[in-house]
Amino acid sequence: MTVALASVLEIHPQVAVRPEAFGALAYHYGNRRLIFLKHPDVVTVVQALHDHPDVQTTLSACGVAQDRWPSFIAALTSLETSEVVREREITR
Amino acid sequence: MSAKSLVEEMKRGLDAPICLTWELTYACNLQCIHCLSSSGRRDPRELDTDQVKNVLDQLRDLQVFYINIGGGEPMIRKDFFEILEHAEHNNIGVKFSTNGTYITSENAKRLASMNYLDIQISMDGVDRATNDAVRGEGSFDTSIAAMNHLRDANFGPFKISVVMTRHNVDQLDAFKQLADSYGAQLRITRLRPAGRGADTWNELHPTQTQQRQIYNWLIAHGDNVLTGDSFFHLNAFGESLPGLNLCGAGRVVCLIDPIGDVYACPFVIHDQFKAGSVHDEGGFANVWRNSDLFLSLREPESEGACTSCGNYDSCQGGCMAAKFFTGLPLDGPDPECVIGAGESLLKNATVTLIPKPSMDHSRKVSVTIGGNK
Repeated sequence: MTVALASVLEIHPQVAVRPEAFGALAYHYGNRRLIFLKHPDVVTVVQALHDHPDVQTTLSACGVAQDRWPSFIAALTSLETSEVVREREITR
Repeated sequence: MSAKSLVEEMKRGLDAPICLTWELTYACNLQCIHCLSSSGRRDPRELDTDQVKNVLDQLRDLQVFYINIGGGEPMIRKDFFEILEHAEHNNIGVKFSTNGTYITSENAKRLASMNYLDIQISMDGVDRATNDAVRGEGSFDTSIAAMNHLRDANFGPFKISVVMTRHNVDQLDAFKQLADSYGAQLRITRLRPAGRGADTWNELHPTQTQQRQIYNWLIAHGDNVLTGDSFFHLNAFGESLPGLNLCGAGRVVCLIDPIGDVYACPFVIHDQFKAGSVHDEGGFANVWRNSDLFLSLREPESEGACTSCGNYDSCQGGCMAAKFFTGLPLDGPDPECVIGAGESLLKNATVTLIPKPSMDHSRKVSVTIGGNK
């Protein structure tokens, strides 16, 4: 899946995210993989995903300037591939 | 951030370890000749159930993702399952190493019902003779029986954990086949001259030719084989092996020993590498974050004798424990340095003072004097 501004995401329920000086460490209890989140702003965005309706709203709410959005979409796409984030089911 | 700067970040240490090794007991029914913790007899000061649970709670609060439980033989503890369950309830993943003696069919079923659990069955030869020469008579059959029980209980992909020695390097393909036949995963790690391994290092550690053989094999099998990132000294052969290319001691990993002492890594049970104790004020977190030893290990290291070698960025000077227990300076080459710098240092040393481990729980060999045979 390619993440888009309209994507609705959340942290994968089997993943623990632990902030560190360089960003954060994420550990996936399902596939036992350790993933490095290498920028504090990406960590802020990832942790805020659940509180907003979609990626675009999350980026705005986290104060990420619009010219940086493409790099955040790329980062989220890679995190989706490694199952750190996943599509959130929309509850009605 | 590039891979290299990430390694630099790791070297400066983390707020909490990524994982840590916790030897639950020095008691063991085996007497492997390379045992890194010189295990055999239980230590009367070992942490009791409540103390273990208290440390697990501290690790949960620090968000330590998983712990590697070992020993001794951890399943000897009567509260072993209680400890596993406490970890599971607190979302701490557990990987434990065992010689398999206590993995009965009943225990295998119980283990199969748990989450966040990985099991590593130790085996050091793919046949009875090679294995039992290191791990003791009957130990090969014990490991196989345990593996059969795990398979029959549908545990899923457990791990077969092999310490590479001079006698089993040629068995790598056969080990892989054995693991595949069980749907298991092969894990190979580097022999260290730690514990009783110091006494057997000269006969057991792989030759220079075999080092290359291990490296080539790992390059060919890549991500399908686990290594605990323990072969980074071989990166000087060329392309880097998968995994973190650094010594994680006191930076991303550490050891809690059975009595609660905290060491930089499982292979350096010596006062010089003891950072503190879980009994100290502030508990484990304070030891991890503020001990003088750990803070010094996070300082940029001196390349020492390796300064002029172009391989330093690849091999990082190798393993601290391997140098320490062979009597080599910590800022010099690894005893298994791939260009032979460590070997020639050892050969030319006139007097080498080799430090002894601070603890030895080996069982006393009983000698019968006179008569009764």
